[in-house]
Amino acid sequence: MARMKFLCDADRCIECNACVTACKNEHEVPWGINRRRVVTINDGLPGERSVSMACMHCTDAPCAAVCPVDCFYTTDDAVVLHSKDTCIGCGYCFYACPFGAPQYPKVGNFGTRGKMDKCTYCAGGPEADMTEAEYVKYGSNRLAEGKLPLCAEMCSTKALLAGDGDIIADIYRERVVTRGYGSGAWGWRSAYGETVNV
Amino acid sequence: MTLTSITSRALAVLCLGLFAAFALPQIAEAQQINPTAESVTEESLMQALSGDAQVQGRVTIPDGLSTGVIKPGNKDWAATLGGPVRIVTILSVVGIVAVLLLFYMVRGKIRIDAGPSTQRILRFNSFERFAHWLMAGSFIVLALTGLNLIFGRSIILPLFGENVFGTLSAWGKLAHNYMGFAFMLGLVLAFVSWVAHNIPNKLDLVWIKQGGGLFSKDVHPPAKKFNAGQKVIFWSVIGGGAALSFTGVMLLFPGLAGGEAGWQLYQVIHGVVAAILTAIVVAHIYIGSVGMEGAFDAMGSGEVDLNWAKEHHSLWVDEVQSSGGKSAGSAKAHPAE
Ligand code: HEM
Ligand code: SF4
Ligand code: SF4
Repeated sequence: MARMKFLCDADRCIECNACVTACKNEHEVPWGINRRRVVTINDGLPGERSVSMACMHCTDAPCAAVCPVDCFYTTDDAVVLHSKDTCIGCGYCFYACPFGAPQYPKVGNFGTRGKMDKCTYCAGGPEADMTEAEYVKYGSNRLAEGKLPLCAEMCSTKALLAGDGDIIADIYRERVVTRGYGSGAWGWRSAYGETVNV
Repeated sequence: MTLTSITSRALAVLCLGLFAAFALPQIAEAQQINPTAESVTEESLMQALSGDAQVQGRVTIPDGLSTGVIKPGNKDWAATLGGPVRIVTILSVVGIVAVLLLFYMVRGKIRIDAGPSTQRILRFNSFERFAHWLMAGSFIVLALTGLNLIFGRSIILPLFGENVFGTLSAWGKLAHNYMGFAFMLGLVLAFVSWVAHNIPNKLDLVWIKQGGGLFSKDVHPPAKKFNAGQKVIFWSVIGGGAALSFTGVMLLFPGLAGGEAGWQLYQVIHGVVAAILTAIVVAHIYIGSVGMEGAFDAMGSGEVDLNWAKEHHSLWVDEVQSSGGKSAGSAKAHPAE
């Protein structure tokens, strides 16, 4: 089985936000919930870089470690998913996540956050694959259809890569060697405990 | 070849030469530009991070919380929760149960040495008992629902399954969030009722030296309304309770907590203080119920056996009896039955 990962090649990202829009549309993500976002570092300065970030589907995911109701599970493809039926909206996963991935429909006061929502790697949730029940809670399940996450598929510059970790790391490595520079595999150290060495 | 064509060729060569003179250095310059020379790299930004800092930037969505890209410190909080906080909680709960079992096996139930008398004396009036049970009832709910957040997934989930545990935890969270306010009220009432009786004094040293008479029969150091042991309980509950209340409110209103790092700090304090106070309170519950004959009545009916009172609070009994049978601020003591 593949070990799915995301890799954003920031030297290619042009901050067009197509990935964000694709995600919103594909899963009909409600207002206020941002499963994916593009963050521009050193905005307006020479050498600024934009990074498209969502849940990285971490190895030994810290969100899963702190969840009091143990509602996370890791699929055979190493995608980190959760059950909204079990989630109590405590917010712990947000404070444990190094990437700010968990999102909540409401403001946090009085513990009224509502059920946590986050990037599913376009892989749905615990409900049966590609059912209405699954779609309503988690959005579409492209992985079950044999497709990769739409954000990466839509990326016009192919900055955002999704797929088996070894393969996308090879693609990135080849790019860096060919063009002679690379700002790094953003977030890999924190998510997977390793980075892509060139 | 005509003259004009020669001149035009010469001109063309000249122009080319001129162009080359300008253009060549520019090409050379372009080759020197390295697009990453000034660029931020993940590695350098990560190395520059310290404490709870994060790699941050600008986002176009109106959500201030999403400007961070990488915040490695969050993993440290997760590790603290799964490590030290969990360990302290396990040690507190298992430790106090072990200690109490041992104490029970060695000392057994603490009896009234002189045997029950026929007289009773009012110890806590209804207001004091209301304050106590408001505080105690809410604390027990808070402790159980709080412990569920730490141990539920390893104990209740495997035993009762996802449905039961999920429903229980959802209700537990609601109870924990709202019961906190009942506890705070109870805490304030108990503080107001009893603080005057809980100021430490020289008598407490004597009590502590004699181990409170807890470990031997027929040893009863003198005490007023509250002995040194109870003062320890009182101040632990007041101090720990205040810390839990403050951190709890911060957790309920993350906007007040001063960012993610603040919230995480309050969460760890809340967890550790709760674990320790729970252990102290379990010991208190033991001695206030099954551990000591005659103690529960003080908080039950409010009236205790006179012999019990003489053994555990001799000076307080003297005070009450010399002031005409009235306990401080309480209703008339009932006469002997
Ligand atoms: C079922 C549980 C409990 C029982 C049976 C119980 C019983 C008692 C009794 C009998 C007393 C009076 C002692 C005396 O006569 O001098 C007392 C006092 C007190 N209780 Fe409790 N209690 C319980 C739970 C709690 C809890 C959960 C708290 C705190 C959150 C608490 C805090 C106090 C304090 C501060 C005092 C006064 C100081 C002291 O006597 O140690 N109690 N309790
Ligand atoms: S990125 Fe955040 S939400 Fe996703 S697996 Fe890692 S810790 Fe969990
Ligand atoms: S918000 Fe939900 S998923 Fe996140 S830790 Fe709490 S219960 Fe688990």
